[in-house]
Amino acid sequence: MGKPKSAIPPRWVTTLLRWWADPSTLEEVEGDLLELYSYWVQTAGKQKADWRYALSAVKLMRPFAKRKKINDYPTTYIYSPTMIRNYFKIAFRNLLKYKGYSFINIFGLATGMAVAMLIGLWLWDELSYDKYHKNYNLIAKVMQRGIFNGDFGVGGHMPLPLGNELRTVYGTDFTHVIMSSWTNEHILAYGEKKFTKKGNYLSPEAPEMFSLNMLKGTRAGLKDPSSILLSESVALALFDDTDPIGKIIKIDNKLNVKVTGVYEDLPYNTDFRDMTFIAPWDLYVSTESWVKRAQDNAEWNNNSWQMLAQIAPNTDFKAINEKIKNVKIKHVPEMATFKNEVFLHPMSQWHLYTGWDKTGEVDGRIQYVWLFGIIGIFVLLLACINFMNLSTARSEKRAKEVGIRKAVGSVRSQLISQFFSESLLVVALAFVVSLLLVLLSLPLFNEVADKKLSLLWENPVFWLAGVGFSLITGLIAGSYPALYLSSFQPVKVLKGTFRVGRFASVPRKVLVVVQFTVSVTLIIGTSIVFRQIQHAKNRPIGYDRNGLITVTMNTPELYRDYNVLRDALLASGGAIEMSTSSTAATNLNSHNGGFDWEGKDPNFKDSFGTIAVTHDFGKTVGWQFVQGRDFSRKFSTDSSGMVLNETAVRYMGLKNPVGKIMKWNGKPFQIVGVVKDMLMGSPFEPVYQTVFMMDYNWAGVINIKLNPALSAGESLKKIEAVFQKFNPGSPFDYKFSDQEYERKFLAEERIGQLASIFAALAIFISCLGLFGLASFVAEQRTKEIGIRKVLGATVTNLWGLLSKDFVLLVIISCLIAAPIAWYFLSDWLKKYEYRTEISWWIFVAAAAGALTITLLTVSFQAIKAALMNPVKSLKSE
Amino acid sequence: MKRTFLGEFEEIVLLTVAILGEEAYGVTVTQELEQKTGRAVGFSSIHTTLQRLEEKGFLSSKMGGATAERGGRRKRFFEVTALGRRALMEVKQVREELWGALPPDTLQLMGG
Repeated sequence: MGKPKSAIPPRWVTTLLRWWADPSTLEEVEGDLLELYSYWVQTAGKQKADWRYALSAVKLMRPFAKRKKINDYPTTYIYSPTMIRNYFKIAFRNLLKYKGYSFINIFGLATGMAVAMLIGLWLWDELSYDKYHKNYNLIAKVMQRGIFNGDFGVGGHMPLPLGNELRTVYGTDFTHVIMSSWTNEHILAYGEKKFTKKGNYLSPEAPEMFSLNMLKGTRAGLKDPSSILLSESVALALFDDTDPIGKIIKIDNKLNVKVTGVYEDLPYNTDFRDMTFIAPWDLYVSTESWVKRAQDNAEWNNNSWQMLAQIAPNTDFKAINEKIKNVKIKHVPEMATFKNEVFLHPMSQWHLYTGWDKTGEVDGRIQYVWLFGIIGIFVLLLACINFMNLSTARSEKRAKEVGIRKAVGSVRSQLISQFFSESLLVVALAFVVSLLLVLLSLPLFNEVADKKLSLLWENPVFWLAGVGFSLITGLIAGSYPALYLSSFQPVKVLKGTFRVGRFASVPRKVLVVVQFTVSVTLIIGTSIVFRQIQHAKNRPIGYDRNGLITVTMNTPELYRDYNVLRDALLASGGAIEMSTSSTAATNLNSHNGGFDWEGKDPNFKDSFGTIAVTHDFGKTVGWQFVQGRDFSRKFSTDSSGMVLNETAVRYMGLKNPVGKIMKWNGKPFQIVGVVKDMLMGSPFEPVYQTVFMMDYNWAGVINIKLNPALSAGESLKKIEAVFQKFNPGSPFDYKFSDQEYERKFLAEERIGQLASIFAALAIFISCLGLFGLASFVAEQRTKEIGIRKVLGATVTNLWGLLSKDFVLLVIISCLIAAPIAWYFLSDWLKKYEYRTEISWWIFVAAAAGALTITLLTVSFQAIKAALMNPVKSLKSE
Repeated sequence: MKRTFLGEFEEIVLLTVAILGEEAYGVTVTQELEQKTGRAVGFSSIHTTLQRLEEKGFLSSKMGGATAERGGRRKRFFEVTALGRRALMEVKQVREELWGALPPDTLQLMGG
């Protein structure tokens, strides 16, 4: 110890040691060596000491050693089972302690997830349409398009000779070309059993193309020209358990066919799901004279059939479209003026991309897929926002816990994983609840959406999506509390100086605004959709649907004697009027050109809706005349008479139409009267110019006006008896016109209903969140409220104080939502020719509604807080 | 039962730590060993052995006792753990058994 100052080891060795020695033991090694060095200097001299010092240093070099983490304390093992158990324990205790919050959190999230899941299932179903068919990617509908009077138009009605043309000229491009009738109702009878079923006449390769799953018989069964393939359900209805193969059944009481196969019912999400039986195309041609005529004379102008095709595997739709686009112009040169093109519409686009607006833009169901996809995402987002909002709002409550955990040694990553696991736990609970909710609501949802959805229990994609989506929700929803809470400084928190900054509530407010913007937009949207439907429903329809039924004339028996049937029906007492017509009053299905009238511009391409009627049609449907008179048996000239609607008169530009002559393909008709426009087509479109011609032979349906003195059931029973007598080969099937009319609104109402359900849920979720937030704010300000009360604030004052903030947020949301809603809805309404106005009061009403709901939600908490005894609130703690 | 092997040098170091009690750290162990056995022991080998013994669980350590002499650096004090004590006892027992099994005249022969 004599001269400790001189005992300084060589500096380079120390540096060497510092650089290369094991960093985790560096401190004590350096100290020990220093101590030893002075010892060595005393006992062996400086030179020896230097030598030993250097030698030890070199021997202690561990160039690859890494610093061990926190050597002074035991390492924190993040995934220690004890701690994980503790996290769950604390999580459950927190859930149970704040039952209200937990309920809001879990239930709100579960609702959001259930909505997202339902929409997901819906989307899945929409997107998997027609994929049942194995040749999905190669099948197409042959269609034609053109420009008519400046408007783009597309049609699926094709001429018969086109089939042969495609087969012979372009044979190498197609595997199959299938002719098809439309899916119509026909009577199938076996012995005493008679059913009206929908089915098609198809070319014999059709079962192959549709890759039908044959349960009995083979796909080749259709090659026999008097055969029939039945779907499983029809086979069951007709034959119960007996083997249907080889049995003879009767179609429409006139054609005998042999059952040669039974195929599995086409699933609900295929476009041909209504096709419950298939009969051979050749049978159709040989038994329907007008079809045979079209085939024999190669009528290229008669567009009456469907055509399907499967392209060869080595080609693509685009190339074939290029080849075949002028096929029709080649045979019907005047079609060139319409820019007619034949094209293939691939099966993958049938469901979502069918429908074109006047400029040729696709205007199909895909819009709804987007719409509901977006709604689903938004509802889920709302639920996540709730979750985040409530968790962050409650963070102050957990701040002390975080402080203590940190003080006793939790590292930040532990806290992060704690909060993540907590939010994942809540999400997992919510996922289970949402599965239950989906299970419970699926039947209702299926009914509203006209789907046959079910939970895809055994589909891995479903589980992957469900679990992945819970995981993501949990992580997103838990991220804010996890990252934010874990950053608290324990000292501040525990000392009580911890203050949430002035702007800590800003993100929360932004989230509330987002929530309510979405909700208010949805409210405005649904109310406009419903107003549009109501607007169309309120249209004057020009005839009387009450007690009006139609019966399809499906067997030869019904065509025998009009007057005998009419007398029998009237005599039965069930009907007060009866007539036949080519089509029902609710369904204008025939449009024709070829009319000529006095003063017609020869270049004008005319098109009229055409209906053949009998003398009694007017009295049956109750049409109203503005000029002229109804058909009458008193005037024998009425047998070539014609009635126009108002639109037709305007369309033709006739001044005094009554008494004038109108020619159709050369045949003259005398105009006897003009009726008020009858709404026969889509209620969202203007009434089409229509002519009603007297023709007893062109009849498709029987219209019957029920006796209003009797109940509908009694009248129908009497009428049925008459039909049983006159038409024994057919079941008595009838349609109420008012129901048929309602069906025109089905698509819009379905969208409206779905959208309103989702809007209601969105509002519900938002309010749930608001409720939680309001109760939190009220709780946080308990002391303030107590002091204010002591100083003389009234309950009204306090209520205003607590509600003001939220009301302000909702007003902001309304201001944002209004232009967004206006933009999208005016776009949507443009689709409809006959549309409602977007009036300002809808926005005001929606805003008022949102404000009322907000006030109701918030007031409950605000008043509860304001009524509290200040002594209690100030005494607490 | 699996026993962690204790080498001869390790055994001596472990014993020395036990002898030194609360004062056992790198320097004292080195000096004590030098004095007791008279053999020149490198500090580096002592240090490495101490580390290894700690890894094996025979020793535990804690930091403390910084002095000016060491430039304010702390020492790492070692303490024999229960496992270390048991290992020492076992070694001792084996030796004693072996010595006990030695016939007395052999010892005399060797001694003589």
